[in-house]
Amino acid sequence: MADIYAYITYKGGVADDSSLELIAAAKKLDAGAAVTAIVTGSGADLDKVADDMAASYAKVLKFNLDALAYPNAEVVRNLMVNVLPADAIVLVSHDTFGMDLGPGLSIKLESTFIADVVDIEGVDGGSLKVIRQEYSGMVSTHVTGDISTGAVINIRPGAFAPDESKSAGGSVEDKSADAGDLTAQRTFLEIVEAEVGDVDITKSDVLVSVGRGIEDEENIEIAEELAKAMGAVVSCSRPIVDAKWLEKSRQVGTSGQTVKPKVYMACGISGSFQHLGGIKGSPFIVAINKNVKAPIFQVADVGIEVDILEFLPELTDAINEL
Amino acid sequence: MEILVCVKRVPDTAENEIEVNRDGSDIERDDLVYSVNEWDNYAVEEAIQLRDKVGGSVTVITVGDDESEEVLRREMAMGADNGLLLCDDAFEGSDGKGIASLLKAAVEKGKYDLILSGALADDGAGQVGGMLAAMLDYPYASLVNKIEVADGKLKVGREIEGGNQEMNEIQLPCVLSIQTGINEPRYVGIRGIRKVASVEIPQHGATDLGVDPTAVGAAGAKVKRVDYFVPDMGEGAEMLEGSTEEITAKLIELLKAKGGLK
Ligand SMILES: Cc1cc2nc3c(=O)[nH]c(=O)nc-3n(C[C@H](O)[C@H](O)[C@H](O)COP(=O)(O)OP(=O)(O)OC[C@H]3O[C@@H](n4cnc5c(N)ncnc54)[C@H](O)[C@@H]3O)c2cc1C
Ligand SMILES: Nc1ncnc2c1ncn2[C@@H]1O[C@H](COP(=O)(O)O)[C@@H](O)[C@H]1O
Repeated sequence: MADIYAYITYKGGVADDSSLELIAAAKKLDAGAAVTAIVTGSGADLDKVADDMAASYAKVLKFNLDALAYPNAEVVRNLMVNVLPADAIVLVSHDTFGMDLGPGLSIKLESTFIADVVDIEGVDGGSLKVIRQEYSGMVSTHVTGDISTGAVINIRPGAFAPDESKSAGGSVEDKSADAGDLTAQRTFLEIVEAEVGDVDITKSDVLVSVGRGIEDEENIEIAEELAKAMGAVVSCSRPIVDAKWLEKSRQVGTSGQTVKPKVYMACGISGSFQHLGGIKGSPFIVAINKNVKAPIFQVADVGIEVDILEFLPELTDAINEL
Repeated sequence: MEILVCVKRVPDTAENEIEVNRDGSDIERDDLVYSVNEWDNYAVEEAIQLRDKVGGSVTVITVGDDESEEVLRREMAMGADNGLLLCDDAFEGSDGKGIASLLKAAVEKGKYDLILSGALADDGAGQVGGMLAAMLDYPYASLVNKIEVADGKLKVGREIEGGNQEMNEIQLPCVLSIQTGINEPRYVGIRGIRKVASVEIPQHGATDLGVDPTAVGAAGAKVKRVDYFVPDMGEGAEMLEGSTEEITAKLIELLKAKGGLK
């Protein structure tokens, strides 16, 4: 099989968790592969991450350039096209950077793109078989991709158990001189930090979290009353924020807050991976949903198949009577 | 500004339970309710607001079958000026790259300053916008949740992890994939739909677009779905059963034990 490369993302000199998940995915593609990490950026953070990656990757290619100081997907894509062989198998984490980079990179490398892979079944000749999900996790699919002329494979964050073995004993090579022309039509300006809201859901031990199943803005009150009875705080999934029924600071998930409560009550939430990605510390999860097939029931400890609009007020009354 | 918005007709997950059919070859399609992909509504709303601000027109385009015309009409009822349906038996079974190459062919027959797609559709790939941009050699930004027009350029915000926003300057023409929450898509009433009911929507097939029918559709697809299945995820949640009183009583016991009641 062609050589496997993994693009490493990092913050503040620490590689993202995905860096060890990508090596795990690579080993499922080819157990004996010598996998190459690509690390880009500038300064001391870059050096540290590149050195750290040598423990897990057989080879680390380091690109130290001002143009790469911020990972602008178009600049990184230019770099990859300039330095990678045409048939390269490139692994990228399917996060907001990977979604920006992967599809276009596959076109420029004239290779096959497979998005948001949750598991790898194996390679048969030039054909790779993977597992994906559709309809926000309600059904899974087996998908084959022709990788004989190279591939860009986006791996879902958290789907592969990180490979902690750190036994690669790899070497770091500074390849900055090979980067080539990185001129881009998109320029990074700045990061605007998320606004801080009136309540900090990350500090609460108990969250009553509402999703699209709450159906109407006026029904938010039902959740607020339950939270009050329980001594909990109300959080929510993304559609509730999109509809402006609650503040953005109440959103749990990859593009919202990361919470670590003791108890998480998911009410009318289907359980998409972006939502679950914001729940850490293995809380006791109660799922209340009228569709018994909702993916949230697969991760919850306790489930109740019921209409939340009827059930939550009854629960509130029962708690208030204690 | 001439704006093209890519839209897709998808099963409405709020209205349907998505289930795998008997032999796993497809999802159960009987009685499915379809609608416009959620993300695409935000893209069309954004396009309409931009047009109303700086002038120009909004065209909505889809690759689909005859029935996909209804989503174009719905977006025209929202305020899009034109619709365009790419429809041909040869397009069936296209992978993301196939869809993007068909859209590219249509883009090259027109003149657009800005192309919008949704960030994601029903198959959860989030790929068509980025592929289309790379094929056209236009710059691209994904997960866009803010657009400001500056002369000959745009200032766009991308939503990144933690709800932070990455601001970029991007040259025109460009492709942007739109994230939900960027605006509040307007409501389309039955009267709005009626108004556009008889508008002619042009259709283009492989010959009109000048694409090789064997390069798209199932014939050209390098990525293929083999089957649908429901994964065995082990035990899953312990389901609480019984009367409402019994369930609330059990749940309260559990909440007490886990520190969920104060
Ligand atoms: C880049 C990116 C980042 C994202 N980040 C986040 C994020 O940070 N957080 C987040 O939450 N999402 C995020 N999303 C969106 C995510 O993919 C899902 O669309 C979202 O989580 C769905 O929210 P939901 O579960 O409330 O709605 P749905 O998926 O629509 O689920 C609603 C559920 O409610 C149930 N229901 C309906 N009515 C009732 C009723 N009366 N009683 C009981 N149950 C009922 C239904 O059975 C269904 O399971 C992101 C998406 C992208 C592309
Ligand atoms: N058949 C199609 N016709 C037109 N646009 C599409 C089609 N499929 C996907 N798109 C566009 O690409 C976006 C992302 O879809 P996907 O890459 O399939 O997740 C959608 O929100 C649409 O804007």
